[in-house]
Amino acid sequence: MHSYRLPVKLFLLLSLAALILFPSVSSKFYLQLFSKIMILAILAMSLDLLAGFTGLISLGHAAFFGLGAYTLLLMSPEYAAASLWLSLPAAMTVAALAALVIGVLVLRSSGVYFIMVTLAFGQMFFYYVTGARRFGGSDGAYIYFKPDATLAGWAPIQLSNNLHFYYFVLALMVAVYLLLRIVIDSPFGHVICGIRVNENRMRSLGFPTFRYKLVAFMIAGALAGLAGYLDAAQYGFVSPELFGWRESGIVLMMVILGGMGTLYGPILGAFALALLQEFFADHTKHWLLPMGLFIILAVLVLPRGISGVLERLVVWGWNLGARRA
Amino acid sequence: MSDKVIFFLIQVLNGAQYGLLLFLVASGLTLIFGVMRIINLAHGSFYMLGAYLAFSFAERTGNLWLAMLIAVPLTVLIGLLLEAALFRFLYDRDHLYQVLLTYGLILVLEEVRSIFFGDDVHGVKVPDFLNFSLRLTPALSYPVYRLFMSAVCVAVGAALYIFINHTTVGMSVRAGALNREMVQSLGIDIGLIYRLVFALGVALAAFAGMIAAPVASVFPGMGNQILIISFVVVVIGGIGSVKGAFIGSLLIGLADTFGQVYAREISGMTIYLLMVLVLLWRPTGLFGRAT
Amino acid sequence: MPEPVLRIQALSKNFGGLKAVREVCLDLHLSELHAVIGPNGAGKSTLINVISGELHPSGGSIRYEGREIAGFPADRIARLGIVRSYQKVNVFPWFTALENCRLAAQSRLKSSMRFFRPARKYAEVNDAAERALALTGLAPRAGSFASALSHGEQRQLEIAMTVATSPRVLLLDEPLAGMGAEESLQLLALISRLSADHAILLVEHDMDAVFSVARVLTVMVNGRVLESGPPEVVRRSHAVQEAYLGKEEPAP
Repeated sequence: MHSYRLPVKLFLLLSLAALILFPSVSSKFYLQLFSKIMILAILAMSLDLLAGFTGLISLGHAAFFGLGAYTLLLMSPEYAAASLWLSLPAAMTVAALAALVIGVLVLRSSGVYFIMVTLAFGQMFFYYVTGARRFGGSDGAYIYFKPDATLAGWAPIQLSNNLHFYYFVLALMVAVYLLLRIVIDSPFGHVICGIRVNENRMRSLGFPTFRYKLVAFMIAGALAGLAGYLDAAQYGFVSPELFGWRESGIVLMMVILGGMGTLYGPILGAFALALLQEFFADHTKHWLLPMGLFIILAVLVLPRGISGVLERLVVWGWNLGARRA
Repeated sequence: MSDKVIFFLIQVLNGAQYGLLLFLVASGLTLIFGVMRIINLAHGSFYMLGAYLAFSFAERTGNLWLAMLIAVPLTVLIGLLLEAALFRFLYDRDHLYQVLLTYGLILVLEEVRSIFFGDDVHGVKVPDFLNFSLRLTPALSYPVYRLFMSAVCVAVGAALYIFINHTTVGMSVRAGALNREMVQSLGIDIGLIYRLVFALGVALAAFAGMIAAPVASVFPGMGNQILIISFVVVVIGGIGSVKGAFIGSLLIGLADTFGQVYAREISGMTIYLLMVLVLLWRPTGLFGRAT
Repeated sequence: MPEPVLRIQALSKNFGGLKAVREVCLDLHLSELHAVIGPNGAGKSTLINVISGELHPSGGSIRYEGREIAGFPADRIARLGIVRSYQKVNVFPWFTALENCRLAAQSRLKSSMRFFRPARKYAEVNDAAERALALTGLAPRAGSFASALSHGEQRQLEIAMTVATSPRVLLLDEPLAGMGAEESLQLLALISRLSADHAILLVEHDMDAVFSVARVLTVMVNGRVLESGPPEVVRRSHAVQEAYLGKEEPAP
């Protein structure tokens, strides 16, 4: 809820500048990797809204990710491209509606029970999609053409172009960040922050907390659907794994590791986990081992996640610089 | 009796056997959560470790019982080492950090298993004296080993019940679950209780992995698979309730078995549907207390 | 006597076999400070919890401005204008004192489903919060985190939050708990000032503390109302002295 100190803001702006300039120095592989990471960052931010700000820890958030991806599949004809302007809003709407229905059912639970019941819904989607012939079952399905951004005969971007795709995703990531910042600062945002700290008190002050939790759930779901859509657009492939608890677990890890309740922490978490994975996988077949050790160490040593360390480092560096000046 | 009825009875036996096996794993999980307030995602990894250790020793000694005799204490030792090195830092931390740390632990244990035992799927031989079937009809017979498994699980369950409800140590465990400060002020070392409960939970999971090995084989994903189902059982039964874990496991065992046989299309979903229904009816599980 | 703003009749609350509140009758008027006292376990806090909607009554009626509200959920009752404070300090520790009051005041917006304008730009919410802080003497500490406030200040914040919701009725649950004599007097003076414009139901332990400020005193023992009326009358009642004080009070 509090605005960030100047050093942190500066750091974020510099990082953004770095991301904008990145394509000029990177290989195609890293361009695609960073696109993938930014998509995960959108997913992680949406979960942060739910977990970090509203206090609703969900282990089924990947369900909405999968819904966004499969909506693109369903809207993509086999021998042509779907329209970006139709399919993207559709994916977000489908995810939001699913969040509405699921939210009404799961938001009566709290604590560990909430974690489990969200997990259950994620798993139910997984099994349903695995068993459904028309979605390709457990093998998944392909999307042969990237969504087409043509509007009135003119295409502002070509999503099949890696560079265009990169900047498209970057723009969306920044837009999601700014949107969520605004929402957190709004009366709605203050209510959900209060709910996270003490829902009972919020009710006794007069807030009907259920509907606020439900709306937060829907916003998070819609944004997760956006991320899923982008993921499907990038790879042209969807599979039931997208709904599963492993995906949900990985996203939650990114949020916690990056720093819950900071909004930029999950972005850092996404970059950290994905880049670490690349680094470790390059060196050993058993890359999950150093990955697991890193996570364990991070929990023991970083109480507020990476963002906690970052803030201390950045502020220290700033003070150092200020003293020299 | 007609073949159809026998077939139905066989499914009941299968469901009960699966459920009883789940009970061993889930009871450990619910005890650890109920007494130590720790969510241990790596619980399934102990199940897996037990199975792989049993397989490895059984290969070498040719004797499954000997293998179990070595493997169970070994797994408990590993568990206690982990408790001393990692878990004790989790006692008063937010559940989220427990989830995150034990998730990292799953990754580590999986890779350790991969390094030491490889990634192959292994079958384990049923001990010879149990390796026969009871003929129920000309067409249907039932493996005696499965009956043996169920009997063993029931015996272990009974022993657990007696331990928790009728011994002084068991009483300390129950007291520790309700009010740890009180237990400490009575002069009982709560750390010792925690270690005991943790060791018990690990032993149960490892033992379950071992006796299930001849039936379910030994494969890389087995830990994660049983973990998630055990969590469903614990939530349905109510966190911290061994009685709840018992009833929950039987419900899940039967639901899953019948689901696979009579409702193929939705078989994967049955246990989750069951959990959602139970939670809608009783938001803290069948026998859980609102924490 | 004008109509009571809150009329409680035959209110009961049972927990299984335990009858925590039995057939309690109570009237509360505007500009009145009505104190409810009694020993531990008398059912005073349960009474507040039932009126505020956090617990469901087992029987009886609660009429607010003539309207039956028994069984309404807590948030609805709060929105109607009956707001409570807690015995155990229940503020938001990582928000500042001002933010705590702003959040409380925000509950009076027709709806907080507003997503685009920053919350701090809502003038009416800010004003209500600042007024509440000023009224409770916390204005100089507006920017401090609630967790950094002293115990006494946190109790003041507890009341400030309640006031920030612009209530008609305040239900104060043992607001003096754990406070020293000096601070208690100040807080009591504050509560007394507040009673001029509100109806206050004050639950307390200590009869002497509330004696000087209460207009009406109700004594509860074992879930029942033992005696109710002007403080001097209640204090002199034999039943009250026996049951509650256990000794003869010397003449004042």
